[in-house]
Amino acid sequence: MHVTSAVRTPLVTGGKTYADVTEDVSRQVEGRPTREWTIAFTISVIVLLYGTACVFWTWWEGLGVWGLNKTIGWAWDITNFVWWVGIGHAGTLISAILLLFRQKWRTAVNRAAEAMTIFAVICAASFILMHMGRPWLAYWALPLPNTWGSLWVNFKSPLVWDVFAISTYFTVSLVFWYMGLIPDLATIRDRARSKVSRYIYGALSMGWNGSAKTWARYEYMSLILAGLSTPLVLSVHTIVSFDFATSVIPGWHTTIFPPYFVAGAIFSGFAMVQNLMLIIRVVFKLEDYITVEHIESMNKVITLTGSIVGVAYLTEFFIAWYSQVEFESYAFINRATGPYWWAYWAMMTCNVISPQLFWSRTIRRSVVWTFTLSVVVNIGMWFERFVIIVTSLHRDYLPSSWAMFHPTLFDISDYIFSFGLFFTLFLLFAKFLPVVNMAEVKAIIKSSSEKLPKSVSGVAKGERVTNPAFNKNVE
Amino acid sequence: MENTNKRYWKGVEELRNDPAFVKNANSEFANPDANSASDPDGLFGGNTQRRDFLKAMGFSVAAVSLAACEAPVRKATTYLNKPERTFPTISDYYASTYVDRGDYASILVETREGRPIKVEGNPSSSVTFGGTTARAQASVLSLYDIDKLNGPRRGDAAIDWPTVDREIVNQLNSVASRGGAIRIVSSTVLSPTTKAVIADFVARYPTARHIMYDANSAFGIIQANQLSFGRPVIPSYDFSRAQTIVSINADFLGTWIAPLEHAKPYALTRKVGAIGNGKKEMSRHYQFETGMSMTGANADYRTAIKPSQEGLVVAALYNRVAAKLGGTSISAPAVNVANLDKAANDLVQARGRALVVAGSNDPNIQVVVNALNSLLGSYGTTIDLNTPVNYRQGNDQQFNAFVDDVKGGRVGAVMFFAANPVYDHPRGAELAQALPRVALSLSFADRADETASLCKYITPAPHFLECWGDAEPRQGFYSLMQPAITHIFKTRQFESSLLTWAGRPNDYQTYLKNYWRTNYYPQASGFDSFDAFWIKALNDGVFEPNKGRAAAAGGATFAGNLAQAATGIAQRYKPTEGMELALYESVNLGTGSMANNPWLQEVPDPVSKACWDNYAAVSQKTANDLGVQQNDLVTVTVNDKSVELPVLIQPGQADNTVSIAIGYGREKAGKSANNVGKNAYPLAGIVNGHVVFAAFNAKVEKAGGTHEIAQTQTHDTVMGRRAVVQEAKLADYQKNPMAGRYLPKVETSEGPTDPTNITLWHGYGKPNHSWGMVIDLNSCIGCNACVVGCISENNIQVVGREEVINRREMHWIRIDRYYSSDAEAEDVKGLETASANPEVTFQPMLCQHCSNAPCETVCPVLATTHSTEGLNQMTYNRCIGTRYCANNCPYKVRRFNWWKYFDNDNFDYHFNNDLGKMVLNPDVTVRSRGVIEKCSFCVQRIQEGKLTAKKERRRPLPDEIQSACAQACPTNAIIFGDMNNPESTISQILEKETTGRAFHVLEEINVRPQISYLTKIRNKDQVPQQETRQESQV
Repeated sequence: MHVTSAVRTPLVTGGKTYADVTEDVSRQVEGRPTREWTIAFTISVIVLLYGTACVFWTWWEGLGVWGLNKTIGWAWDITNFVWWVGIGHAGTLISAILLLFRQKWRTAVNRAAEAMTIFAVICAASFILMHMGRPWLAYWALPLPNTWGSLWVNFKSPLVWDVFAISTYFTVSLVFWYMGLIPDLATIRDRARSKVSRYIYGALSMGWNGSAKTWARYEYMSLILAGLSTPLVLSVHTIVSFDFATSVIPGWHTTIFPPYFVAGAIFSGFAMVQNLMLIIRVVFKLEDYITVEHIESMNKVITLTGSIVGVAYLTEFFIAWYSQVEFESYAFINRATGPYWWAYWAMMTCNVISPQLFWSRTIRRSVVWTFTLSVVVNIGMWFERFVIIVTSLHRDYLPSSWAMFHPTLFDISDYIFSFGLFFTLFLLFAKFLPVVNMAEVKAIIKSSSEKLPKSVSGVAKGERVTNPAFNKNVE
Repeated sequence: MENTNKRYWKGVEELRNDPAFVKNANSEFANPDANSASDPDGLFGGNTQRRDFLKAMGFSVAAVSLAACEAPVRKATTYLNKPERTFPTISDYYASTYVDRGDYASILVETREGRPIKVEGNPSSSVTFGGTTARAQASVLSLYDIDKLNGPRRGDAAIDWPTVDREIVNQLNSVASRGGAIRIVSSTVLSPTTKAVIADFVARYPTARHIMYDANSAFGIIQANQLSFGRPVIPSYDFSRAQTIVSINADFLGTWIAPLEHAKPYALTRKVGAIGNGKKEMSRHYQFETGMSMTGANADYRTAIKPSQEGLVVAALYNRVAAKLGGTSISAPAVNVANLDKAANDLVQARGRALVVAGSNDPNIQVVVNALNSLLGSYGTTIDLNTPVNYRQGNDQQFNAFVDDVKGGRVGAVMFFAANPVYDHPRGAELAQALPRVALSLSFADRADETASLCKYITPAPHFLECWGDAEPRQGFYSLMQPAITHIFKTRQFESSLLTWAGRPNDYQTYLKNYWRTNYYPQASGFDSFDAFWIKALNDGVFEPNKGRAAAAGGATFAGNLAQAATGIAQRYKPTEGMELALYESVNLGTGSMANNPWLQEVPDPVSKACWDNYAAVSQKTANDLGVQQNDLVTVTVNDKSVELPVLIQPGQADNTVSIAIGYGREKAGKSANNVGKNAYPLAGIVNGHVVFAAFNAKVEKAGGTHEIAQTQTHDTVMGRRAVVQEAKLADYQKNPMAGRYLPKVETSEGPTDPTNITLWHGYGKPNHSWGMVIDLNSCIGCNACVVGCISENNIQVVGREEVINRREMHWIRIDRYYSSDAEAEDVKGLETASANPEVTFQPMLCQHCSNAPCETVCPVLATTHSTEGLNQMTYNRCIGTRYCANNCPYKVRRFNWWKYFDNDNFDYHFNNDLGKMVLNPDVTVRSRGVIEKCSFCVQRIQEGKLTAKKERRRPLPDEIQSACAQACPTNAIIFGDMNNPESTISQILEKETTGRAFHVLEEINVRPQISYLTKIRNKDQVPQQETRQESQV
């Protein structure tokens, strides 16, 4: 189907056979939980329980437990929301846009990235619910038929656009992710030894039989869903940025926000993918699938999007000066030099300066550097949203209302809740579902025109090829 | 037809048809041994049938789930016999009188189903002109104060009235028979009838004497007038006739004598343009003072002086004026402060239309001020000595003698009425020690306050809204007080108690009527009978036989001993190097008698914007010298008394001085007042028998530690934003009515254009009404009456100190206060710092009801929408609490219910008990937690007004419908009305001022508010160096 160039470096190293792929990935699902996984999962669940208790208290008492005030109506809540939504973007980008661009290296990471997307969107959604004064009425934001007369949602409100954008995004991502899982679930079903797992994975794999027709449908659907998802990559964060861009608040009311937010989202999403994949590849011993080449490719994306974000920051400043609007000029001067200068400079350092280090080949191929800088980027991106939301609100038009925001224990704990939720879900995924798309990775084992070893086509359930070496049996 | 079905028996019993079997044949599960169950009747007893069990189960489940869904209806009781002329949901208004010690307002009380819910100004009064103060507005909440006593007490034990009467009469008799002194100690008594009752009491007990004192004493003025004119009175001041006003430490708009009586006439001299009937002249106001008072904030020229300079400033001013007008000069040390020459020149120029007032309680100063006014020809024009006012009748010397008498054991019985000297007199501690030794001590206080708790008896008098009474605030201006509700607790009026103990009939209503029949009815004309007069007076609330009587010109000739006063001044006022203390009365809390009123505690100080605390106000320079910052605790010591207070940096405060508000630090007032701030009365001095609110020998030391001061506004300056505050100087305004207006332009391809010409919106039609507001920045004095009026009308919750620190106060209208800055317009850091002695602007800020409202477009659920009458409406029920609207509001007027504020003991401010909740306005929803709220332009009043008009088949009259803030405003700075009605005041003002002073705040963002502001005009000279400063700060 694809013509591959002889000079390309292999995408999967270690001379893996098809059987190896199946074995390496399924091993995690079939085996007992590893010690590392158990420890990590226990910590996540404890964090989740603590966070849930705090979220419950937030809902029970009211939003007074947060540090918000009459001037600053959003702070950590919406910062966290935008941050999580942004993180989610990498998954869709990898699975959809990179699919369309035929970037085959994506196959090793797309499963986990998509899972990350879904869990990140769930975390983001939890902040949508959490930030409402009366969350039990959240369904009023949906255009549901009702018996209250002509009550309807306000289609002018960016928050309603958000509801549509996020729910569409979540649905499409979930379908895309699940569809990609089906062949692999069938593989696990076929390998399953216990009746229970055979039953569960059998049900989950929806009767996949591996026929050519099924595979053809699978390919078509992938393309269709990739086509559907591609605009979503751009639209979701564009719409999220409208929450700010369509307002009148200086520092929010900016036309540059849509591209700037999308770039920022991909930036932070890739950083998060890096963090997760670097851990998975070590813990699950998948170094041959998630190679340094992957890391380097993603670092390049991070550098590109980080630079776009940096340019956007500077453009904002330029426009603030060029527009000659005193409120906007002040908003930006205040960002850099006002009481929240530290947040601004944290953002600038983390987002603009740190990814530039990836121009060095050594750094961008270094696992430690990559991991560290990815964490730094995500800290920076959190601060970006904090800077946009809080420093714009805290000093807007009337100086009489200027105020400061001081986070409380509950601001922090409710953010921690989302980490508990995210990692609990992600660890469950990593244990019970194949973290690498076996079916697609198998398609790229032969990425060069060199011939395959005989034993490559070994049956999954058959004996493992001991110590396979790439091309060793070439005739 | 033969039945071919075979019959089969289930058993032999069926064949035999036993009665026992037949009985149970239909029970599926027979219960063979029902009677042996231990609980034969209970549900879980042995005889419970399956179906019964299921029924009970089903009922319980249904009941539990229903109870969970449905809010129980509580205590909704219909009238069995509906009182005549009381209609549910329709308000009744009664004219009455608000009196709290010397504080007075003629009021209308709005009652709903027999409970007072709102106080409004009485427009019939020519003393208070229909205005109200924050305290008058808040007084209705004090009626429902649950901390009050519910009946008389002996010590801590509740007893009944007959017992009290018996015991007290016995003890009074025994004291009287011993010839022991009986003292009735009160604050100023404004009521002539009460004084008559006291006289009757004194007639029965000849050893009794009535002693009046005031916590905010003006005895110095009374004495000075005795010395100067032989008349121990306080004259009435007519600010409306003053062209040049000089005030030396007199906060005459906020606290001095009768702020309400001064505010409107003062504002009349400040209104220019259409709101001032086309007039383009305004008074010029000089203020010499220590701390920045509300009055000082309104002054055109303000000079900060130390308390030790006060007498010297008065003397210097006198000498300068005397030099020009040929008066005898006096000898006093020279004083070098700004604006003295200027003030003297202006006074001389405005001769006959000048007014000098001084807040000092030192008769020497007041004598010189009298001489000065006399020289300027103020008597008969701006000062009316022939119609004196009665707001302060306290006699410091008598009270001092009383304290000495008590200490010396020379008092046999003492009764405190409307007086709490243990708290609010500098010698309170001495009195507290001596009081237990008095044989009979009793207090008429409504609670066991600092004084009452030391008394042997407390015979609580009711709140003024439960009372009959009268008042004579100014000679020949009477007003009546009538109860708007029956007594809530087992209280008895002071007068009834005295009459009882004097052995007279204790029906005070009849007594009052008779008193008016005897004394005032003869002064009235045009009434057939006394009853007609009485009903008219009750209806109007006021009877003013002296109204319209011109001040007698030249009616007063200064005959005081000026030289003696000058010597007194020279002796007392000497330049000092050290720290000096100035005590002042807070505009909100006054003397502290109403401190347990959470509305007043939460309303911020007009100038410092601090609430729920008093503090040590110092200038930035002094703070630097002391090495302290805002919120640092300092110990202020005078002689051997000291208080520990947090520091507040107050621009405009004289260097090396510290100002502290009295009225705080109550210990036994109730839960909202106790331990809020510190009591500063002990720091006051007594000089020659006069209470003096200043000390020249204060020590201020850093105490270590901090105490955060709750402020509703923490940023002081307007940051040079001319889109927010627009102001001009009078001379410029006279040349160009649009002076000071900021007219931003937006560049387009067709050249610059008004921002309002560029819009995405089609606008809303306002075919019927268009409700709007005009706010005159020039006549807003910052007094907070509107804020409390709004709180009272709209059930606004009190959130408490902590939540104000968290910046979550719920006020729908606030008064933004901006200081000017010395920095250049480009210096955004410098602009954050206020000048050392700044100019001040007050800007009432409330929902602007934007026609292109940013809040409306962003609400996801359409909880905030626009009406066809220009109102930006808030539907609480629909709100899901995203707060997007609040974020997107450029004016930051939307308020979020962070908590549930009612029925929540964390917010113990009267809305968590049934009594406190009686103050709620039933027309306005109490908001639940999680929803946004904001100013509605009093939509309930608009609706009521329109319905009234509709019932009467007419259009609403121009200005018929008033918002609570506009109605409360004592200076008519807020004008509310229908902009579609050309007859309305607002339309008429806007017609002229659209091309004049009227501007929208933040015009350039084109949200098209329904509220217009009129530029602030300052009557200042064009001085070059001041000009540059002016430019940089507007």
